Amino acid sequence: MSDQTAQAPEVQSSTSPKRNVLQALELDIRLLGMIGAFFVIAVGFHLYTGFSRAGFSLGMLTEGTFLTPRNLFNLSIQTASVAIMATGMVFIIVMRHIDLSVGALLCTCSAVMAMTQTSILPDMFNLPLGHPMIPWIAILAGLIVGLIIGSFQGWLIGYQLIPAFIVTLGGFLVWRNVGWFMTDGATIGPLDPTFQLFGGISGTLGESWSWLIGCLASVAAVFLMFSARRTRVSHGFPVKPVSAEIAISAIVVASILGFIAVMNSYEVPIRVIERDFADYGCATAENCSASYGLPISVIVLLVVAIVMTVIAQRTRLGRYIFATGGNPDATKLTGVNTRLLTVKIFAIMGVLCAIAAIVASARQTYHTNDIGTLDELRVIAAAVIGGTALAGGIGTIYGAIIGALIMQSLQSGMAMVGVDAPYQNIVVGAVLVLAVWVDIQYRKKTGAK
Amino acid sequence: MAPLVEMIDVSIAFGGVQAVDKCSITLEAGEVVGLLGHNGAGKSTLIKMLSGAYKMDSGKIFIEGEKVVINSPRDSRDYNIETIYQTLALADNLDAASNLFLGRELTTRLGFVDDDRMEAETRKIMSRLNPNFKKLKDPVSALSGGQRQSVAIARAVYFNAKILIMDEPTAALGVHETEMVADLIKELKEQGLGIFLISHDTREMMELCDRVAVMKNGRMVGMERVEDVTEDDILSMIILGKNPKAVAA
Repeated sequence: MSDQTAQAPEVQSSTSPKRNVLQALELDIRLLGMIGAFFVIAVGFHLYTGFSRAGFSLGMLTEGTFLTPRNLFNLSIQTASVAIMATGMVFIIVMRHIDLSVGALLCTCSAVMAMTQTSILPDMFNLPLGHPMIPWIAILAGLIVGLIIGSFQGWLIGYQLIPAFIVTLGGFLVWRNVGWFMTDGATIGPLDPTFQLFGGISGTLGESWSWLIGCLASVAAVFLMFSARRTRVSHGFPVKPVSAEIAISAIVVASILGFIAVMNSYEVPIRVIERDFADYGCATAENCSASYGLPISVIVLLVVAIVMTVIAQRTRLGRYIFATGGNPDATKLTGVNTRLLTVKIFAIMGVLCAIAAIVASARQTYHTNDIGTLDELRVIAAAVIGGTALAGGIGTIYGAIIGALIMQSLQSGMAMVGVDAPYQNIVVGAVLVLAVWVDIQYRKKTGAK
Repeated sequence: MAPLVEMIDVSIAFGGVQAVDKCSITLEAGEVVGLLGHNGAGKSTLIKMLSGAYKMDSGKIFIEGEKVVINSPRDSRDYNIETIYQTLALADNLDAASNLFLGRELTTRLGFVDDDRMEAETRKIMSRLNPNFKKLKDPVSALSGGQRQSVAIARAVYFNAKILIMDEPTAALGVHETEMVADLIKELKEQGLGIFLISHDTREMMELCDRVAVMKNGRMVGMERVEDVTEDDILSMIILGKNPKAVAA
């Protein structure tokens, strides 16, 4: 203890010039730390895989397999499902609750959607398989089931005052097996081809659409930053120097377009093109090339992230969620209905589980009983690694998504270099604890709560 | 003219405990009424029925002569009653503006929370209440006791309260900050607010209040104008639960 207090000022003074630059940019140091952790993991695995192929030489950089378009593409579609749920888990943990049932709820929603499209609609409503309405009705059914189950759990917690831990622990057992019941334990598939577009490699935008979306996103981001600045100026508030503002915009635009460029440089293998060259806009298979581009599942994740961030920062609902996490009694005394608020956050979580179920089952092209197994732990870990405090009141949506990305990179990186499954879990478990420890030390040093 | 607030024969019980037993109290505009008594005498409970935190079992409340029903903190606010709680009732993780407007956020035309406008309004009111207040962007957990108290008070002032309830507003404050709060109470009184003040500090109460009401074991012992009683009278009311003036008369 005394060591730390003695060191603290020294550390600060030695990093002060750097700190000033960061202060001018008003960047979130925690965010930078998480992005840094992701880069360390990514570069580490890249060099390791490169080393094992090319030995200790420049080839380490070029032969590495982690930082390749293909791997980053796979990483992004593997992360999507957990990341979507992690954004909802942020709200739940911020309100001092927990949800252990998300993996099981994902399974039930997935089962509902699979049964709707393969059996209920074709058999009971005589819609032929492949009918254009089937995937959309199935998705709607899944979302409604997620909403209802989530709200019901929220009602048990908010109005019947059963602790969230117990309700969702029960839900963990119940919903996994409700899913089993609905399908009689059978694997259901193949799922509707349109439905499968939400999953990953079978649903991507292709090169030009990806660039278009990237450009639109860049323009929107820059516009939002400068209009926020304009409002602050009009109120006479202090603003960042223009140079800082331009620097941040440049970084944001570069990251968006860089991500699109990476997704676009993952080319569709020749053999796949040969099979359906017409789909890729070619008259013949010869000299035909195409890129995958942005996966639709990642777009779903980004839309969820934007909506959840807007809810968190720009709506009363979000304000009350964070206020309740900070001081439940005070929030209740200001006239906020915190019980209904509890129902709302679990309802949001239920809908997000259904969206994650679309992405997860579409990615594997069929519904299985074990879909989403252990996802509750991955989702909680992602939120916590992303800086959500279990004591409540603190957490960010982007943090949870980066947390999910860090977890997934560790897992796929280790699989890539051939670490045995038990060791993978040991490492992931240790990293979770380590991440929280680092976070606590950081908060202690900066004096934040 | 009818008093600003009139509570008549108000009672509430928790389980078998009669926390407040048929208490009556009045408050005029531009008046400070102090509530005194031991811990557990029922002062805070009585006042919480006015602020909507508790629902009374029986009794009547009149505001400006009109009978009102207060079932929730929101009802109480609708009658321009603002409460500053002993525990400050701030969400520590949010900044001053978010706390000031908690439950009554300013929104844009599209219904989104308008942080910039709330920050601007907070700057305005804080420059009046506490000119030293600069940390508008920090969570209130980073503020001193006095600054936190001024956020709580700003909430009452900003929303044009007519009736202000202050539950031990100076309990957590230093000498200088206590003075600041006292000055503020005088200023608000000048503006015509009616203020209920709960405190343990008899001397402070003698200085700030126009009348004091003393409670013991859920009953109202007596309500006197401060110029009619001495500090000793009040102390004996608190301790013995008897009104010496009533006994003398």
